[in-house]
Amino acid sequence: MAEVLVLVEHVDGTVKKVTYELLTLAARIGEPAAVFVGSGADAALPGLAEHGAATVYVADAPELTAHPVAPKAEVLATLVAERAPAAVLLASTAEGKEVGARLAIRSGSGIITDAVDVAADGTATQAVFGGSVIVQSKVATGTPIITVRTNSVAPQAAPAAGTRVDVAVELSAAAKAAKVVDRVEQAKGGRPDLAEAAVVVSGGRGVGGAEGFGVIEALADSLGAAVGASRAATDAGWYPHQFQVGQTGKTVAPQLYIANGISGAIQHRAGMQTSKTVVVVNKDPEAPIFELADFGVVGDLFTVVPQLTEEIGKRKG
Amino acid sequence: MREVDSATMKIVVCVKQVPDSWAEKTLRPSDHTLDRESVDAVMNELDEYAVEEALRLQESQGGEVVVLSMGPSQATDTIRKALSMGADAGVHVVDDGLHGSDAVATSLALAKAIEAQGADLVIFGSESTDARMSVVPAMVAERLGLPQLTFSSSVSVEGGTVRTNRVTEYGYDVVEAPLPALVSVVEKINEPRYPSFKGIMAAKKKPVSTLDLAGLGIAPAEVGLGAAWSVVAEAAARPPKAKGTIVADDGAGGVAIADFLSAQKFI
Ligand SMILES: Cc1cc2nc3c(=O)[nH]c(=O)nc-3n(C[C@H](O)[C@H](O)[C@H](O)COP(=O)(O)OP(=O)(O)OC[C@H]3O[C@@H](n4cnc5c(N)ncnc54)[C@H](O)[C@@H]3O)c2cc1C
Ligand SMILES: Nc1ncnc2c1ncn2[C@@H]1O[C@H](COP(=O)(O)O)[C@@H](O)[C@H]1O
Repeated sequence: MAEVLVLVEHVDGTVKKVTYELLTLAARIGEPAAVFVGSGADAALPGLAEHGAATVYVADAPELTAHPVAPKAEVLATLVAERAPAAVLLASTAEGKEVGARLAIRSGSGIITDAVDVAADGTATQAVFGGSVIVQSKVATGTPIITVRTNSVAPQAAPAAGTRVDVAVELSAAAKAAKVVDRVEQAKGGRPDLAEAAVVVSGGRGVGGAEGFGVIEALADSLGAAVGASRAATDAGWYPHQFQVGQTGKTVAPQLYIANGISGAIQHRAGMQTSKTVVVVNKDPEAPIFELADFGVVGDLFTVVPQLTEEIGKRKG
Repeated sequence: MREVDSATMKIVVCVKQVPDSWAEKTLRPSDHTLDRESVDAVMNELDEYAVEEALRLQESQGGEVVVLSMGPSQATDTIRKALSMGADAGVHVVDDGLHGSDAVATSLALAKAIEAQGADLVIFGSESTDARMSVVPAMVAERLGLPQLTFSSSVSVEGGTVRTNRVTEYGYDVVEAPLPALVSVVEKINEPRYPSFKGIMAAKKKPVSTLDLAGLGIAPAEVGLGAAWSVVAEAAARPPKAKGTIVADDGAGGVAIADFLSAQKFI
């Protein structure tokens, strides 16, 4: 059975959930093989094996993380040439898509981005135009390269060998031309990662100011959720930019999305439209966000949200 | 590597014409390509930030700004818009053979056109609002062997070096590279200017050259719908979502949501 390569998303060896989702999808097509670039592979091996990786290719050299994007594409291109996999799956993050893009050119392959499902024959399902049209696409040339959105499938345990195979890759001069000279981390607090969270509670202009986000955060914490924001809220400086949901922010597809004081402009919807269940609180009954709501309350978020938080507290005991 | 004197720096900005993002978009039933005729076409909003950044760099360092767009004949409107914002000249890649090109083919045509221009700095938007792939800049960088500094929330050029802040999941990376280089910018980077009346008048006299496949040295078989490396097999409108329950807050709106969440097993 041909291998299916999965690029591991991790921070110093702590693997992101989306990787396990990709391994689960990979098993439909062939034999999952994880590709780990950077340091910390030992910490990652058990989880990767647990989720079906028969092999874990490890490329751990300092220069691989000293340059953006290109080194990962070159590691994958080397493996594609050597192993002739049935497909390559990556997370549909900004970086995942760019790595896939360079790999497509380098390996002479077609690429499909933002898939929400992948079938055994490599056909990918995409929701385009903000989710209004569903298309089935297939790569027609080379090795199918598919980037898949977080939360598209439930990760499944499928214990496999997880045999570590170290790979050495000689980077091209072009890959080394852009250098990362500094890494700046902005605090994200103790909440789950926005892109991966099962529940997202977000606030928009209706929250009225930075202090207003207190009620949003309290609701989020009662549900163990991540906090998101509309662009109106991030542009106003009420909440940090990295929490923006939408076309030019993060794309999220949680089990539950609670939109508070958000009107539902097309650019916001583009980033949350594939959420499984949507709850809306907005005082304007005409707000377009209600079109997406499974459950909505027309009312003032400053009374509805705290009441909801309190009620959740009671029910959870 | 070519020595770059910032006063003569040549900046090429890639802009795409797209259907207005507020308009309803549909796929043509015949070939599953975007129906571009039935909706208003505008400059990809995210490319306005790229044009603005190019103009700001030019204002601080000198040099020339050339806008490059690949698209059907009406894409000249988008080129004119960039010229009326202040760009100096336009290049329009237009050929019927390009219809249906995927990102791979688009990146080929843009790469050839950029090469012909001899750019010192190439600036892209971060995403086209119709294709929404965010892959074309990385593909062009790969094809041209240019250093890639994408998703930038700030860009500066000094002494032949470009420095950017690359937005990441956790914050940002500071990235540096020698010119010539390729950059893409995110929408947080600046506030695009509106074309002034004077700018609109001046744009009418600015040169726009056109390039077809032969002029780019691209064989027709390499691009267009027939050459697409990924194909849409099937497209269908998403079944409309079942209408949800909407209630007015009668003083117990929060409790009503909690009941819904309990029924759905979220609590
Ligand atoms: C190129 C481009 C990219 C963009 N990218 C994004 C993006 O990634 N993400 C994004 O979100 N937007 C994006 N936008 C902006 C988008 O068009 C909207 O402007 C934005 O989403 C509006 O945010 P909002 O819903 O919070 O504000 P508004 O549209 O002002 O809506 C506020 C809502 O709050 C309600 N409200 C007010 N007070 C209360 C209260 N006390 N209780 C309950 N409800 C209340 C109002 O009824 C209203 O419906 C983009 C725009 C452009 C041009
Ligand atoms: N046809 C085109 N002509 C010029 N630039 C383009 C074209 N298509 C894409 N681009 C550029 O590539 C960026 C990313 O596009 P995409 O990969 O389609 O999301 C856009 O913001 C533009 O700067």
